[in-house]
Amino acid sequence: MSVYFLCLVLFSIGLYCTLRKRNIIKIVIGLGIIEYAVNLFFVLVGYKMAGRSPILSPNQAIENMVDPIPQALVLTAIVIGLAVTALIVAIALRIYEKYGTFDITKIKRLHG
Amino acid sequence: MKETRQGMTIIVKTITRLTVGLIFLYGIYIVLHGHLTPGGGFAGGVIMALAFIHLMIAFGKETALKKLSQAKAAFLENLGALMFLSVAALGFSGGYFFYNFIKKGMPFHLLSAGIIPLCNIAICLKVGAGLFSIFVTLLILNNTGRKK
Amino acid sequence: MLELHLLLLFMIVAAVVAVEIKDLLSSVIAVGAVGLGVSLSFLLLKAPDLAITQLVVEILCLIILIRATINKDLPLVKDGRWFFNTLSTLSFLAVFLLFAYFALKSLPVFGKPIMRIAEVYLKEGLAKTGAANLVAAIILDFRGYDTLGEATVLFTAVIGVMAVMRKVGRIRK
Repeated sequence: MSVYFLCLVLFSIGLYCTLRKRNIIKIVIGLGIIEYAVNLFFVLVGYKMAGRSPILSPNQAIENMVDPIPQALVLTAIVIGLAVTALIVAIALRIYEKYGTFDITKIKRLHG
Repeated sequence: MKETRQGMTIIVKTITRLTVGLIFLYGIYIVLHGHLTPGGGFAGGVIMALAFIHLMIAFGKETALKKLSQAKAAFLENLGALMFLSVAALGFSGGYFFYNFIKKGMPFHLLSAGIIPLCNIAICLKVGAGLFSIFVTLLILNNTGRKK
Repeated sequence: MLELHLLLLFMIVAAVVAVEIKDLLSSVIAVGAVGLGVSLSFLLLKAPDLAITQLVVEILCLIILIRATINKDLPLVKDGRWFFNTLSTLSFLAVFLLFAYFALKSLPVFGKPIMRIAEVYLKEGLAKTGAANLVAAIILDFRGYDTLGEATVLFTAVIGVMAVMRKVGRIRK
């Protein structure tokens, strides 16, 4: 159970960073930490004590493998996370080009 | 690869010339053996994109874009998406969407598992070309972005 | 699982450094440390596919973030209204942790997952798909729709980046 709790602490750090910081790059970093924590949590739920990785090899009986379904779900989620990070970075670069800052409180003013 | 003024020092360029082919080859190996060993289309595609990005960082933009231009990357990405969809749709010949219509073959051999190697290749093209074009798009703006 | 605990503690320390350090480049590098820790934990949790993918994705993510922060004259962003902002954030986190505690209580114990569907996949996966790597068999055969949706999301993200970053057709002042 302590492993789940440590993973939750990692998630909370990412959430704090996303809510509290005002720099856009820091917000992207917080979202990245949240993503890592959630991916890790999925794999932790599927772990079996003293299990083997779900890859068969010839002349070997199937016994005591870890759960392959969370791994399959997380495999797609990792690549999607990278694409979403790139999209946020693109928007942040546009904001920097237009307003000259990464501060989210400074970008409310309207340029006519 | 001829020498250009752009890019990093001669040490980085020499090491890159030696390693970039090996990185690309490793990506191809990861993709083709995706149904037998750890790896698969996602990891292999990202590794192949990283080989081109490595080339671009070491040698400058023009050398890498000569090897794989942006239009070619867009074509490869569309090819990957269409290939994945058509492999899935060809399953209707045997019954339903995503039906494994090719013979399974001997397990634990390279030519086995029906449509899974084909899907791996399609996903590798899609992920690799997509991430490469994202990186090129971000890079081009970053060089010419105006400073305040 | 002592090594897993140590890795998680290392990741928490790296995350705290990444959140609290002033310099943005150092912060990005600390996030890279968190990602490598995640990759190593995947290896310990018997998921080699995920370890490879996380490692290479982490490298690419780091390159993109460094390109975003380097060569910019970065003004120091001050966090104004220190007391009120921190208090509201911490109160939200407390509510979140309360609900998370109730959710964690009903999870199965670590190391003993509920594997009702996975048992079928593990038993019949080789005969039905012919692939030795069962994760590949699941993402491309049993659950191909997931991968199709992932491809759609990736395509949308690429188009989104190109639309945000395009030069032609943008009206200049």
